[in-house]
Amino acid sequence: MQNYSLADTYIKPLDPAEHELALETKNLKVFYGDHEAIHGASLQFERYKITALIGASGSGKSTFLRSLNRMNDLVDKARVTGEILYRGLDINSDKIDVYEMRRHIGMVFQRPNPFAKSIYDNITFAPRRFGEKNKKVLDEMVETSLKQAALWDQVKDDLNQSGLALSGGQQQRLCIARAIAMKPDILLLDEPASALDPISTSQVEDTLLALKDHYTIIIVTHNMQQAARISDYTSFFYSGTAIEFDETRKIFTRPQIQATEDYVSGHFG
Amino acid sequence: MDAKKIDRLATTILYLIAGIIVIILASLLGYILVRGLPHISWHFLTAPSQSFKAGGGIGIQLFNSLYLLVLSMLISVPLALGAGIYLAEYARENKLTEIIRTAIEILSSLPSVVVGLFGFLVFVLQFGFGFSILSGALALTMFNLPLLTRNVEDSLRQVSFDQREAGLALGLSRWETVIHVIIPEALPGIITGMILGAGRVFGEAAALIYTAGQSAPALDFTNWNPLNIASPLNPLRPAETLAVHIWKINSEGIQPDAAAVSAGASAVLILAVLLFNVLARVIGNRIYKKMTAV
Repeated sequence: MQNYSLADTYIKPLDPAEHELALETKNLKVFYGDHEAIHGASLQFERYKITALIGASGSGKSTFLRSLNRMNDLVDKARVTGEILYRGLDINSDKIDVYEMRRHIGMVFQRPNPFAKSIYDNITFAPRRFGEKNKKVLDEMVETSLKQAALWDQVKDDLNQSGLALSGGQQQRLCIARAIAMKPDILLLDEPASALDPISTSQVEDTLLALKDHYTIIIVTHNMQQAARISDYTSFFYSGTAIEFDETRKIFTRPQIQATEDYVSGHFG
Repeated sequence: MDAKKIDRLATTILYLIAGIIVIILASLLGYILVRGLPHISWHFLTAPSQSFKAGGGIGIQLFNSLYLLVLSMLISVPLALGAGIYLAEYARENKLTEIIRTAIEILSSLPSVVVGLFGFLVFVLQFGFGFSILSGALALTMFNLPLLTRNVEDSLRQVSFDQREAGLALGLSRWETVIHVIIPEALPGIITGMILGAGRVFGEAAALIYTAGQSAPALDFTNWNPLNIASPLNPLRPAETLAVHIWKINSEGIQPDAAAVSAGASAVLILAVLLFNVLARVIGNRIYKKMTAV
C-alpha cells in the first residue's frame, strides 16, 4: 500500500450564512498517552443533514466521533484538545456538564447494547431518571420513538419482553429508539450496522433517512455504499487525519485528493 | 499408539480422577449424615447444651450461629459493596489500586486462626468488647470481607463495558449508571457470592474460638431487649457457635453422649452449608431470569 501525504487535504468550508451548523470542531486532537491519534481535525456538520465519516480500520474516524460527545473521557489515558462548538459553546471545556451535554448529543454504538431490561424500560429508563413521571407521556414517548426507529409494529404487542430477546437488528433499532427518546439535537452513530445482516442494515438505513428531518446525524461507516446511499456530506479519514470533506456525491465522483479517490474506488481499505 | 487410542486413554483417566473426587465427597457426606441424622430431633435442635449430663441439644449454638451470621453479613456486605464498586468502576489503574488489590489478596489467604487471634487482641482485649458476638462478627468480617469484595468486583466487571457506555451516552451520570444499570445486571453473581460467603461464615470455627468465645450461657427467648444480658439479641454476650461447639466437644467434651452430640451437630452444620449452596444457585438463577427477562 502506498503512503499518502497527510498535508494533502481538502476540507470544503460551509458558509454559515447558507448552512446552519449543528456542530463544528476546530483543530481537534486526540491523544492516547503520548500517541497522537487524531491530528487536528476541523470539520463542520450541517443541521438536519447526515454526515458520514469513512476510512479504513484504524484511520481514527471512530475515535473522532467518540470525542464529539466526550465518550473518550471514559478512556483512562485519552486526552482531547481543540474546540468542539455546539450552540456557541465549546463543549470540550472543563466547565461543561458532560452528562447534560450528552442528553443533547446522543450516541448509538457499533454493537447493539440494550439494557437487560424490558423494551419499555429500555426507552423510559433515562427519561424517568430525568424526572418524567407521567405515565401517559412515557407511553407516548415509547410509541413515538419506536415508530421513528421502525420497530413499533414488531414489538407493540409485548413491550414487557426483554430487550435482549430481540434479534440483532431489532436490538440496534431499540438502541436508536432509546437514543431519540431523549430528543437529542445530534445523533452520533458508530458503525451502527456493522454487526447486522443485510436486511436489518437496510432497515436501519431507512430509519436514519426518516430521522433526518428532525435530527442532525453523524455516522461512522466502513461501508462506502452505505455512506453513498444515506449521507449528504462525507469526510474521508486516513491515518488520524481528516483528509477530505465535501458533499457526498463529490467525494464519490470527483474527489480532490488522490488518497480519497483510491479509497472510494476500492484500491485500499 | 495412535492419536485415537491416546485420546481414549486420556478420557478414561480424566473420568477416573473425576470419579475419585465424587466418591471421596459422597462418602464424606454420607458418613457424616449417616452418623449424625439419627440424633437429630426437635429436642436436639432446640434444647440447650449440657456440659456434664447426656441429652443436651444445640439450640443456643444454632441460634448463635445464625445471629452471628446475620450480624457479620450486616457489617461486611455494605463494606464489600462499597469496596467492590470502587475497585470495579472508579479506581484508576495505578500504584494505589495495585496496593489495595494485593492487600485484599493477602487478607483473603490469611489462615482463619490468625484472623481469630488478631480479633482476640484487637476486638476482645484492645477495644474491650470481650468474648462476644460483636467481637466474633468483626473477626468474621475480617475473614469474609476480602472474598466478598473480590466477588462484587468480579461480578461488576463481568457486565459488558457496552452497558456503561449505553448509560453514559444517555446522559446518565456514572453513579446512576452503576446503580441502575450495572448493579442490577451483576446482582445474580453478587448474591450468589454473598450466599456462598454466608455458608463459609456459618461453618467457621477457628476465627471464633478466641473472639465469640466458647461458652453458651442460657438465653431467655422471651426477652428481646438487646441491652439485656440474657437477651438472645445482646451483641455483647459470649456466644459459642455450632462449629465451635463441635470442636469443643471433640477436644474436651465430658458428656456421656459427646460423640452423638458431635455427630448430630456436624450433620446439622453440613446440611445448613449445603442449603446455602443450593439457595445460592436457585436464587442466583431466578434473579438473573427476572432481571434480564429472558
